[in-house]
Amino acid sequence: MNPRILPYVLILPVTLFLCLFFLYPFVLVSQQAFSTGSGFTLDNFKDVMSHWKFPISLKNTLYLAAAVVPFQLALALLMATMVSKMKKGRDLVLYVWTIPLGISDLAAGIIWLAIFEQSGFLNSMMSGLGFIDRPMNLLSYQTPALVFLAIALAEIWRATAIMLVILVAGIGLIPKEYYEAAEVFGASPWKRFTRITLPLLRPSLSTALVLRVILAFEVFAVVQALGGTLFPVLMGETYKYQFELLDGGSAAAIALIILLISIAFTLLILRALRVPKGATI
Amino acid sequence: MSTAATDMPGNTRKAGRYVYIAAVVLLCAWVIVPLYFLLINTLSSPEAVNSFPKSFIPEFDLGSLSFFANFAGMLTALKNSIIVAGLTMIMSIAIGAPAGYALSRFDFPGKELFRMLILLTRAFPLPLLALPLAVMFIRTGLDDTAFGLALVHTTLAVPFAVLITFSLFSGIPIELEEAAWTLGCTRLTAFTKVVLPLILPGITASAIFAFVISWNEVFAAAVLTIENRTLTAFLLQNLDTSPLHLKFAGGFILVVPALIFIFAVRKYLFAMWGIANR
Repeated sequence: MNPRILPYVLILPVTLFLCLFFLYPFVLVSQQAFSTGSGFTLDNFKDVMSHWKFPISLKNTLYLAAAVVPFQLALALLMATMVSKMKKGRDLVLYVWTIPLGISDLAAGIIWLAIFEQSGFLNSMMSGLGFIDRPMNLLSYQTPALVFLAIALAEIWRATAIMLVILVAGIGLIPKEYYEAAEVFGASPWKRFTRITLPLLRPSLSTALVLRVILAFEVFAVVQALGGTLFPVLMGETYKYQFELLDGGSAAAIALIILLISIAFTLLILRALRVPKGATI
Repeated sequence: MSTAATDMPGNTRKAGRYVYIAAVVLLCAWVIVPLYFLLINTLSSPEAVNSFPKSFIPEFDLGSLSFFANFAGMLTALKNSIIVAGLTMIMSIAIGAPAGYALSRFDFPGKELFRMLILLTRAFPLPLLALPLAVMFIRTGLDDTAFGLALVHTTLAVPFAVLITFSLFSGIPIELEEAAWTLGCTRLTAFTKVVLPLILPGITASAIFAFVISWNEVFAAAVLTIENRTLTAFLLQNLDTSPLHLKFAGGFILVVPALIFIFAVRKYLFAMWGIANR
């Protein structure tokens, strides 16, 4: 086949597929959000945003992201630097650390439920150590802080691996010569980290952060498994509108709000971590 | 390290080494211990799962698992999950791999635009697509079918398939193909006889990756299926009502493929992301 046409033939299926199932649905979802049956309207947004649960679920989603993502970034950076120095057992340690990468958010929620539920392992441990006489209900409306903690821990447990993989790959791309030169000039390990690793890791950092932040705004199954209705989040409200209230317009409106927040944060991260023009790694 | 390290007294260095090893072990435990707790619960009888305090050693009772297997609709849900994930795997490789090959071998006008389209998909919360598609599927009769859900899951998996196969094909020198052409191969036979055998393990890895993306997906599966629920959708919709041992056994069944998956693709995990990154 003509080599000028061949690449287009090869990319055609994916392009068509993504147009039909990625770009077109976004047009549809906007249409759904801005109409209630007759013409353009903002009613869906007004309805959704004036509902008493909206500010709570928005706040919960944002707080959760703010608590989880920076911690995960620090943890992933720490783990990535730890493996980069490792000689023996590197593969095994990396295998163990990346296990959560393949675990569904629903499964992660259930795993942490095993720890936090009333007859669960945390209560068993505390009673074994003599701190409590009888099991406490850790996940109830009386203990919102514990519910938040359980969800945050499950999220940190589950989704740090994705950042770790991206950062380990990124650190592997930094030329060793920089570190050798820094050592010759007597830079301390901390200085090498802040002056070489961090700046040269910027592209990987921004990829990892964008992916992670978007996932954080999508948080859903972990919350359902651990908090249920105790901890409403945006994605859970979307699900409720769509499935329980059968209100597609409102579901679409929240979906667009999640989308807008995601895009805003993506742009912010890309801008904050951009590599200056002309600089190369 | 050497200059700084030799200046330090031996004790400090040794202490630092111990802290380092302790931290590695601790972080491994952080990943494994919660999984172990799930395993205990899965391998305990339903009575033991609901009792207090918990034993920290599994009693190897298959009561919970057989309860799971006998729970109405559960095995069908498991079967649906496998069908949807299998379809996702086939579709995303079938349409993703050719594009990955095109990106690695050709320079063509519009290549950057195409790359943008692929990367763009990662900056969007894709499960939300399920909402408008639910309407579209009802019109086309795809609602509540494994194929319809597999289409949505393919949208999630195909960008990864393109980027991974792109980096895999880039790792095979074009000279190999050119040598095959001079020896009388056509473009197609050179591909099937030279490139394909070399790339097959990598393709398998990215196929497994697509399988797991679909296997794990909750939101779209819950929105798009009613009768033909997948395992994740089934577990999610029964969270309020199902007993603890059912949840834990279900969670365990969800986790098992993940462990195998990470083990199977561990060689490719980093190569995959290293290039797919930029």
